Amino acid sequence: MSSGMSVIVRTVTRFTYALIIVFGFYVIMHGHLTPGGGFQGGAVVASAFALALVAFGTAGLKGALNRHLLQSLEEVGALAFLGLAFAGVGTAFFYNILANSGSVFGGSDPAALASGGVLPLMNWAVGLKVMTGIASILIIMVIGARKEATE
Amino acid sequence: MNALLHHAPVLLVAVPLLGAFAVPLVGKLGSGLRRFFVGLIALLTTAIAGYLAASFYAAGASPIVYVLGGRLSLPSGMVAPIRIMFELDGLSVFMMLITALAALAAVLYTSSFWKERSGATLKDSLMLLLIVGIFGMEMTGDLFNFFVFLEITSIAACSLVGFRVWNGRSQEAAFKVMTLYTLSGLFVLLAVGLLYGQYGGLNIAYLATMIGSGAALVDKIALGLLLTGLAMKAGAVPMHMWAPDAYGEAPGAASILLVANSQASLYGLFRVLFTLYGSAYSPQSLAWILIGLAVLTIIVGVTMALVQRDLKRLIAFGAVSQIGYMMLAVGVGFAAMTALQPSDFGFVALQGGLFHMINDAACIGLLFLAAGIVIRRAGTRDLQGMGGIAHDLKWTTAFFMLGAFALAGMPPLNGFASKLMIYESTFRLSPVLAIVAILASILLLAVFLRAFQAAFLGPRTEPTDVMRPVPISMLVSMGLLALVVVAFGLFPGFFVDRIVTPAAQALWSGRDAYIQAVMSGMGG
Repeated sequence: MSSGMSVIVRTVTRFTYALIIVFGFYVIMHGHLTPGGGFQGGAVVASAFALALVAFGTAGLKGALNRHLLQSLEEVGALAFLGLAFAGVGTAFFYNILANSGSVFGGSDPAALASGGVLPLMNWAVGLKVMTGIASILIIMVIGARKEATE
Repeated sequence: MNALLHHAPVLLVAVPLLGAFAVPLVGKLGSGLRRFFVGLIALLTTAIAGYLAASFYAAGASPIVYVLGGRLSLPSGMVAPIRIMFELDGLSVFMMLITALAALAAVLYTSSFWKERSGATLKDSLMLLLIVGIFGMEMTGDLFNFFVFLEITSIAACSLVGFRVWNGRSQEAAFKVMTLYTLSGLFVLLAVGLLYGQYGGLNIAYLATMIGSGAALVDKIALGLLLTGLAMKAGAVPMHMWAPDAYGEAPGAASILLVANSQASLYGLFRVLFTLYGSAYSPQSLAWILIGLAVLTIIVGVTMALVQRDLKRLIAFGAVSQIGYMMLAVGVGFAAMTALQPSDFGFVALQGGLFHMINDAACIGLLFLAAGIVIRRAGTRDLQGMGGIAHDLKWTTAFFMLGAFALAGMPPLNGFASKLMIYESTFRLSPVLAIVAILASILLLAVFLRAFQAAFLGPRTEPTDVMRPVPISMLVSMGLLALVVVAFGLFPGFFVDRIVTPAAQALWSGRDAYIQAVMSGMGG
């Protein structure tokens, strides 16, 4: 696992890696309009990390995916979600403060990308948590598998 | 109503959740700051719970509804409640107090125990997450959210059980717990799905109105699934095999939270039985199933405790048997309530059963916490390898003795007060049941006297651990529980009137009020 796979796999990975991440971001971004959302998009982005891990191995990545950074970002995602829920506490927990407010996400057109109040922001928070969470699980599993192989 | 009180139900879930996610970040700044932060979160949560309970009782114990995200009804005028909401009646508030007590004791105890170990950050995070799940189960007014919180407690609990990753036995226990918790979660989920398919709603009050009198077949199937799933997670015999492993292998402070977790599942069982179905469908046979399971739990729990050599497993089987007492009392209450002529002893039985829950949390918790110190001191969990601990650890010895006597129902401690109520009311239904319960209690006293004699008395053994005084925070944590044990034993009437009676009333006659609190707010 640490050495990576053949040159064909690595070359294809170089092409598709960015595409998968962009698609994952697309799913997160349109979470309030189309099927999908933060969790699904985050899982898609994490699958790009999985692909990179398999294709290049941990050695090939040279620490490009830092586990401690990922874990910190995961906490930030969770706290951002909770923070947005707390923001509505003037009325009720989880109250949508931005909806119909006329500000950035408070437009009246329900089909617009910039609509839905705090929902897109919450999708981003969940997306960040899921992509970094799954990525750190993958890294830990790879490290565990390598340890078992050497034993 | 002021803002803090208004938001108190959701803050009880949100504050520990915030803590659980922030702990890993705070932990990067240093372990002292982390411990301070976790302690602060626990204190804040307990303060909110206490404040909420005080205002709830002062306001006459009428149900509180908190709707997340805005108003109860939708602008479109829909009449079925679809919002996520918390609903607190006397029973929820009572359970919330038990959880707050257990949470405070656990966090205080753990704040010094893990000083030098790795992974303490994760343990703090998981414990806070478990507290979130337990509070959520006790307060939610929505059946699906009940399942969600049930799963949160399952995940946090099985991670805590398997926390000592270097130990093979704890991995086995964690696997067992994970399997059975998942199974129980799936039972509950299937039941929730059936009810949702039938009535198109998930709100407990709404479902209770829809089930109506003489439940349909699908309602009965859902009831069976819910009762099985929740009894499994509460650790009732014959689905108890996970409990001794879980309580035994989890770190000391986590064991008390696991006890609170089992009680929350028992709360769910009572909520389903009395509120969701209640007068709509309550055949006598159901009461006798509950009583049968309870008697089995008492007998198996006590006799298995008798043969244990491992101190923590011994206490764990004691904890299993106590779940039986609670189920027995509530089963007797249910039988009396659903009989053709409801009799008053049923209400006493409910009071006794519920009172026993808080007493059990305090004295089993005290035993687990004291056992944690004993095991650390002796370097073994085997009773035969221990001895003479009373020479050095005077406070721990006193606390263990207090907990053991209270659990076995010795006057004037709290276990006696609640068990007496259970015996009296059970005797009115069936003398045989009362005799079994009393005999089991006497046997339990023998079990704990043997354990006490083996671990604490006798000559000093060579300490394997370096001799250090027990940290103050641990003594404070155990002192808190000991205070509850003694105070509830000396003044049972005071506490029963104030906190237990509203909870028993919520079961006995509170179904309509619970439903009305939600449904009357659903104006077109």
